[in-house]
Amino acid sequence: MLTEAQAWTLLDGVPDPEVPAVSVVELGIIRELHCADDTVTVVVTPTYSGCPATEVIGLAIRDTLLEAGAGRVELQTRLDPAWTSDWIGEAAREKLRAYGIVPPSGKAAVGGAQPIHFVKKTLTCPRCGSNDTERLSEFGSTACKATYRCKHCLEPFEYFKPI
Amino acid sequence: MTQTTTQTVSAPAEHIEYVMRLGDNALILGQRLSEWCGHAPVIEEDLALANMALDLVGQARLLLTHAGKLEGKGRDEDQLAFLRVERDYRNITMMEVPNEDFGRTTVRNVLYSAFQILLWQRLATSSDTELAAIAAKSLKEARYHFNHSAEWVIRLGDGTEVSHAKTQAALDYLWPYTAELFAANPTDEAVSAAGIGPAWGELEADWEAMLLPVFAQATLVVPARTPFKTFGKFGRHSEHMGHLLATMQYMQRTYPGAQW
Repeated sequence: MLTEAQAWTLLDGVPDPEVPAVSVVELGIIRELHCADDTVTVVVTPTYSGCPATEVIGLAIRDTLLEAGAGRVELQTRLDPAWTSDWIGEAAREKLRAYGIVPPSGKAAVGGAQPIHFVKKTLTCPRCGSNDTERLSEFGSTACKATYRCKHCLEPFEYFKPI
Repeated sequence: MTQTTTQTVSAPAEHIEYVMRLGDNALILGQRLSEWCGHAPVIEEDLALANMALDLVGQARLLLTHAGKLEGKGRDEDQLAFLRVERDYRNITMMEVPNEDFGRTTVRNVLYSAFQILLWQRLATSSDTELAAIAAKSLKEARYHFNHSAEWVIRLGDGTEVSHAKTQAALDYLWPYTAELFAANPTDEAVSAAGIGPAWGELEADWEAMLLPVFAQATLVVPARTPFKTFGKFGRHSEHMGHLLATMQYMQRTYPGAQW
């Protein structure tokens, strides 16, 4: 029988399979956790509709809790409210940066005006600190990231998109 | 509202059909975009198109799962996606026409993602709370799709002679298919009256207002409306649909019940 505090600590050790620098707890996708009898109920809000990591994360959560002594693990998916990158905490943002991924800037600005037409958004390169960077694509190796390039150190890097 | 909620009573047919149509649009466009994987002109676009396909297939999973629950006959997302016959799909015809080239693919994406933004905004307050949750989530994704496609339409339209010609040809080809988005039909009227979602025709003016500045900046000419009509919403599809389904359904038809 696990306590809720123990279960939270365990899940904080489960890395996101595609961005292993942060845990699923730090990513903000674990919305609720309850322990009753020997069952642990975990409520998960997926990041992107089509994120292929969602199912892997579910398996990892289940395996981790079962191995630590939970008798049963019940996973629930919650869509509302939709996940936002605003749920990524400050410490996790620094971990992302250290890992080479620029964390989402500011608030996700849902409902705000959406500028289009060649938005020139420059970011600070997570490797050399230069601001002389350019966006290559609003999409990247995973649904949650955009692709940038540093024109100073010439290295590509990724940006965790605000959503 | 969680996905685990079970619906025991069947919802009105129009409600089911409306959600199914949304799911089918996402599924079929997702299938078309996924054809680009490994074939796009540059690697950044290969990733972008695959990501957009993934978002759409993810939305399709949520929507078809929901449609299956509303229907109450025990059909899950896989049965709905892979085991229906052509006439049972409710996607608009524009979703199924071949990609042709990067220009047509990009123009279709901008036409549909603009529509999606408007539709998801309205559906985010739907009386169907599960649909509202899916809409709020999908809206965020649609915004990225629109920004990305709009940038490319401008770059291609206002680009070289060749890129301009191809993009204009794509707009000329696709524009007549967009009439189907807004054509009045009984399903939309019933759903609108029930407060579940807007009749799609209500969105036409806002949709044009979103797109016309993009096409103007891209130096593209928007064709005049013609009497051309398509009826994918009613299950009457083009000659392309059967080929698409043959590819998409192959695994489930060959190995019934197969799971990953």
